[in-house]
Amino acid sequence: MSRPSNAATAARTPGVPNKKSDLVGARLPKWAPYGAGAGAVVLALGLRSLLDWTGWYTAFFTAAVLFIVILTAWSFSVEGRRRAKDRFATTLICSSFVGAIVPLVLILGYIGIKGVSVFSADFFLKSMNGVTSRQDGGGLYHALVGTLELVLIAAVIALPIGILTAIYLVEYGRGKFAKAVTFFVDVMTGVPSIVAGLFVYTFLLLGFGMRPFGAAGAIALAILMVPVSVRASEEMLKLVPRDLREASYALGVPKWRTIVKVVLPTAMSGLITSSLLAIARVAGETAPLILLVGYTARINFNPFSGDQATLPMMVWDQLGKRSGTTSNDLTEARAWGAALTLVLLVLILNVGARLLARLARPKTH
Amino acid sequence: MAKRIDVEDVNVYYSEFLAIEGASIKIAPLSVTAFIGPSGCGKSTFLRILNRMHEVIPGGRVSGKVLLDGEDLYGPGVDPVNVRRTVGMVFQKANPFPTMSIYDNVIAGYKIAGSKKNRGQLDDIVEQSLRRSNLWEEVKHRLNRPGASLSGGQQQRLCIARAIAVEPSVLLMDEPCSALDPISTLAIEDLITELKATYTIVIVTHNMQQAARVSDRTAFFNLAGVGQPGKLVEYDETAKIFSNPTQRATEDYISGRFG
Repeated sequence: MSRPSNAATAARTPGVPNKKSDLVGARLPKWAPYGAGAGAVVLALGLRSLLDWTGWYTAFFTAAVLFIVILTAWSFSVEGRRRAKDRFATTLICSSFVGAIVPLVLILGYIGIKGVSVFSADFFLKSMNGVTSRQDGGGLYHALVGTLELVLIAAVIALPIGILTAIYLVEYGRGKFAKAVTFFVDVMTGVPSIVAGLFVYTFLLLGFGMRPFGAAGAIALAILMVPVSVRASEEMLKLVPRDLREASYALGVPKWRTIVKVVLPTAMSGLITSSLLAIARVAGETAPLILLVGYTARINFNPFSGDQATLPMMVWDQLGKRSGTTSNDLTEARAWGAALTLVLLVLILNVGARLLARLARPKTH
Repeated sequence: MAKRIDVEDVNVYYSEFLAIEGASIKIAPLSVTAFIGPSGCGKSTFLRILNRMHEVIPGGRVSGKVLLDGEDLYGPGVDPVNVRRTVGMVFQKANPFPTMSIYDNVIAGYKIAGSKKNRGQLDDIVEQSLRRSNLWEEVKHRLNRPGASLSGGQQQRLCIARAIAVEPSVLLMDEPCSALDPISTLAIEDLITELKATYTIVIVTHNMQQAARVSDRTAFFNLAGVGQPGKLVEYDETAKIFSNPTQRATEDYISGRFG
């Protein structure tokens, strides 16, 4: 076997000179991934100047592919087939992770940088009423009020339905009807939000001849929330061990009391998480709101009458106020500000979900 | 008060599968009866039909008669909830409620069922039940700590306290010591002997020494082969089962020559 000398020396057992151990295989040096990476970058840069590529995207992806190829081939020649496969898989998984995280960080970073410049106390406390696209000032108070009200109404409608359906599916559902419910919940998960909007538009606004109002949008959001809530709550309820239900039955406790006093408290932590994630899922929904809620620059506290502003609609409104193709810094800044507020709202919901879930988790100490 | 159990020619099913065929047994009040037999022979299933826990599993059903002091548990109009209040159960794996304190776990039967006992009565029930399950001295200073903070053996004794707190007439135990170390096992065996004075106890065990130590009578279950229904092969005084069984299969199983 021809192996590099440093690996061969390392492979010798200290007490038994010149005898090669069967347990120690040849390994690439620790810096091998970095070396392969540097080599790939240099090669890609060389190719770029050689072939007159413009821009950096092609060079970047060439470097990435070269990195995987170089490291795997090097590993194969030194470490053998199994290790080479391991290197290949590790590299692939790590680059997928980077590929997934980079756009996320870029989006959040960009929104953060663009949005934070417009943040001020006024921005959160004033509406856009009377503020023209060429004027400074104004704020998103009206949109924040609308989004919070709509999401709250949607949650009040959807979460009880979602959680009760999940309880039905986990605790009572048997046979064809339960299978049908599961099937339709799955189908509903994939319903585009504009379809939910259209449904409410047809039955509520056209059917009763009403003008757009906040609660109509909340109903559409609730329709979108129910399947998310059902699926997530169902998983959480399934995590409650059978043992606990049986222990309760064996004490002579009726089934409904077992569900209320044993199953739900045990799953409470997960149910809180699933509910807040369902809320976060619809908080940024826009399409149904265009049809059902409209937009207004004024503050409207009443979700049951008149157009209401929401954060996603404010982003849309402000960006739409650009004059032609020329950008307008004032409206764009406000749009980014509203977008950042929406992201922060979802972030707060997520963090809040985790904190609440931690508080509700069963303790062992 | 402790009650007698008479099982008459019972068949137990999981959907279409016949799990136990034609089993009959008479269990005297204030006695300890052990069920032994190889895995999958239906002894746990048989135990679970004695408090209608079998039907909790989808497809589980029973034909035949199970009489508790002459009253058929499977008769028309019988509420399984009331049956389970009379016939308590302790499970193989200790399963204290994770959201409840030690105190609340003991009175779970009252608390979950919505009983209107006052604090003083509940305090008495907790102390009595924990004393009878030999756990009081170990936990009396930390009754408000979660039940899951106890060791495995303590958790199992907590579950026994929880089961006897609702004052059943019969106590069923499904391999209560299988996950415990020898010291905790001994504690629970001593407890079974003490509880015999008040309850009719039925215990499923894989440990034949345990059956010999704690039980008055022993039932041996066996099955002819995979997919075949389990059967009650022999039921007699424990001393007779372990020294001079009448059936060949029992003798083979007891002496370890089985299979």
